[in-house]
Amino acid sequence: MEFVGFLILFPFVAAAILACTKNDNIRKVVVYASSILIIAAAVCFSVMHLISGESVAYLEETEMIDRIMMCGELFLTVLIVVLSVRYKKVLPAVLSLLQTGLMLWFELIAKKPETGAQMHLFCDRLTIVMCLIVAVVGTLICVYAVGYLKDYHNHHTEYKDRRPFFFGMLFVFLGAMFGLIFSNNLVWIYFFWEITSVSSFLLIGYTKTEEAITNCFRALWMNLLGGLGFCIAIIYSELVLEISTLKELVSVGDGQLVIIPVILLAFAGLTKSAQFPFSRWLLGAMVAPTPSSALLHSATMVKAGVYLLLRLAPVMSGTYAGTMVALIGGLTFFAASVLAITQSDGKSVLAYSTISNLGLITACAGVGVEQTVWAGVLLVIFHAVSKSLLFQTVGAIENSTGSRDIEDMTGLIRRFPALAIVLCIGIAGMFLAPFGMLISKWAVLKAFVDAGNVVLVLFIAFGSATTLFYWTKWLCKVLVQVPGEPERNKTSANQWCSIGAHAFMMIALCFVFPVIAYYLLQPMLYELYGSVVAPVLSASDMYILLLMLVALVVVPVIGNMFVKNVDVTQSNEYMAGINTGDNKSFVDSFDGVKTLNVANWYFTDMVNEQKLLKAVIYIASAVIIIIGVIGIGGAL
Amino acid sequence: MDIHTAVLIRVIAFIVLAPFLGGFLAGLDRKITARMQGRKGPSVLQPFYDVAKLLNKETLSIGRMQYLYMFCFLAFIIFTGSCFFAGLDILLVFFVLTTAVMFFVLAASFPNSPFSRMGAMRELAQMLAYEPMVILAAIGFYQATGTFVINDIVKQDVSAIVYIPGIFIGFVYILTIKFRKSPFDISTSHHAHQEMVKGITTELSGGMFAILEISHWYENIMLLGVVALFVINSHWWSIPLAVLVCFIVYFIEILIDNTCARVKWKVMLSSAWTISFILGTVNLLILQYLF
Repeated sequence: MEFVGFLILFPFVAAAILACTKNDNIRKVVVYASSILIIAAAVCFSVMHLISGESVAYLEETEMIDRIMMCGELFLTVLIVVLSVRYKKVLPAVLSLLQTGLMLWFELIAKKPETGAQMHLFCDRLTIVMCLIVAVVGTLICVYAVGYLKDYHNHHTEYKDRRPFFFGMLFVFLGAMFGLIFSNNLVWIYFFWEITSVSSFLLIGYTKTEEAITNCFRALWMNLLGGLGFCIAIIYSELVLEISTLKELVSVGDGQLVIIPVILLAFAGLTKSAQFPFSRWLLGAMVAPTPSSALLHSATMVKAGVYLLLRLAPVMSGTYAGTMVALIGGLTFFAASVLAITQSDGKSVLAYSTISNLGLITACAGVGVEQTVWAGVLLVIFHAVSKSLLFQTVGAIENSTGSRDIEDMTGLIRRFPALAIVLCIGIAGMFLAPFGMLISKWAVLKAFVDAGNVVLVLFIAFGSATTLFYWTKWLCKVLVQVPGEPERNKTSANQWCSIGAHAFMMIALCFVFPVIAYYLLQPMLYELYGSVVAPVLSASDMYILLLMLVALVVVPVIGNMFVKNVDVTQSNEYMAGINTGDNKSFVDSFDGVKTLNVANWYFTDMVNEQKLLKAVIYIASAVIIIIGVIGIGGAL
Repeated sequence: MDIHTAVLIRVIAFIVLAPFLGGFLAGLDRKITARMQGRKGPSVLQPFYDVAKLLNKETLSIGRMQYLYMFCFLAFIIFTGSCFFAGLDILLVFFVLTTAVMFFVLAASFPNSPFSRMGAMRELAQMLAYEPMVILAAIGFYQATGTFVINDIVKQDVSAIVYIPGIFIGFVYILTIKFRKSPFDISTSHHAHQEMVKGITTELSGGMFAILEISHWYENIMLLGVVALFVINSHWWSIPLAVLVCFIVYFIEILIDNTCARVKWKVMLSSAWTISFILGTVNLLILQYLF
């Protein structure tokens, strides 16, 4: 209990200190110390919890806390309204006022049925997984941010240096995430949910440029829309179903009416995890400095969305609403990966790939059987680490080269070998065998066929091909040997500390994955479904995966010994006889020297980003409306 | 003989025999092609002579790393084939195959050569074109037989092709891409006077080129193994039948190779996706609702 309280409250304390700290060195010390404390607390707590092996719930006298939360909520509303008025935006203010009005009516006026003693906080293995992700990945990003932001403001003198605010927000975010995953009471989850919406809004708008303002308000209204769904779900489930906690909601099982709050909560989950039609807020979030993108994309925010969806999975399983959520996920997986092909900006590719991967997780949650939830959680783990690694590396590359365009990363391996290698580890983690993504995809395909969902199978089959395409072309670009000398790497020590830790975790995860699967994920399924589940990965499957892993280590080692002893004559590349001799340029028709540049393919003549985006948004909106109308109407 | 010994024998047989079978097939291919074109053609053993000669040639490259990539390509192709003939999970086999081909693409985009890198991009476009059908084929096997495990797929009483003829046709279609046959020899070409010279293989010489040839022999045998998997069932006669089907399929590929002009990559991509989509969907849906 103490640990949980510490994990939720301490980040807020750290945030308050950081918000008042203007001195670089003090900030550094505070960030490092708080990160270490948070990681230590999370690890201790997880180990203790896993040893005792039970899911725990905490009962609390919460009158006081509830009041504080209500004040917090009012504060958030005032903040949103003030900012909306200042920047002349109507929608966010209206949505926010609507929500708060509803909540106030519900809390103060509406006759709540007596639901007896409730568990306000609880913890099971899914919580542990999320807790470790937030603690480790989240705080490492904060460490990275210390060095990054310093460089950032040296480069971008046009933006006002608001670092105290920035770091404060990062830690608020972490605190809110801990609150969200440990809470059981729906009102509490909603409160932390709103904090993440608002703090992401503030982080996206950090630079206060016109683009940043537009994008942050877009993020805000989309997330507030989800929040509105959440709020109605709370009121409905408490007033009609007399349910006030997430656990109860998930375990009710029978009763048609429960599907109504589930649909509303799933809707909130879809907005937060940036599924189509709500993906545009995440794409717009790239205007923020890289650490905040890394945080939004990997450890927090979008993971809050899929976390909620995974929690709801057992109830959604086999229902009409579940199928539709899975379809939205599948569509998002496929469409976002096609869109990623058209992008040459490194961060855009990462953004689309995040949306795409979250789509896969959403599809897992929507199908909601044991195997898919298992795969979904595994995806959450691998995605958090590899995406955070990739964002940080791209950020470091941008700081060193001044560009994050993939076309400018040609031959990065020669110029920045260390950065190129970690980038490759991240990319490999995203799609190559035998890393986690692949294992998950495999389990997912199996489960989808069993569930008899041909449409989803098609989405995965085609989406896998497109995913393969955009990652591989990036990999090729980085590894091509263009003559050049290593350049000065401006990445600071704290950035390296975080990047290195991530790269290590990525590789380590591949090796300890069977342990995670056996000791963490399998018991987790028992907790979620309340029945013993056959191992998702049989022993023989595990054996093949380990064999693949061994092959991936052994083959290059043997290859290296072999290659050392073969005769290779150093020679120039073939350029139809016009290679100037340095493999870099050729002689043009006027006898001049031209530098050679082979660009990647982006299919921009076949796929129009804006048109496809629009089309998918329309389709997904239609699906959402159908879920709403038929799902809720049918239940009533 | 227990199951493990049987698996071991199959794997060893694949590792030892596949290059001979594959090379022989390549020789036969050239012979038949020559006859179709009214030439006499080289000896069936010509591919072996070629590779022997290549191995003695000087290997030119801008760096040893490229050799390492090619080595990994060969090693993973052999690994994939071994997993396949060991009778493991077919979906995983296909995933490893993808990883293997990745090394080839990396080897080709290692030098800054325009022809080689363009070839690598085209190879990626080819992967984009055939990958959906490959996955759908694995799904088809699962739908038809209830398992992804190859050892169990071959134990069914009825051949998988009876349930998934559509997927079989789709798979044969993308085999043209995998076998690097015209009209889909997009990333490389049989003749070195195309717009991109020899494409993906432009920068491969001597030993590296020999490795590529040997990898193709292994890969082709494995792919024909997948074709055979559609036919093989628990009855003994299904094995000669499967071999016959493999020969027919390969002959059809040669025929297509000799009668179709090379198309643009977009035609390849859109046709492969259309065929995968239509045949895959129809076949899976029929299986879903009729059986």
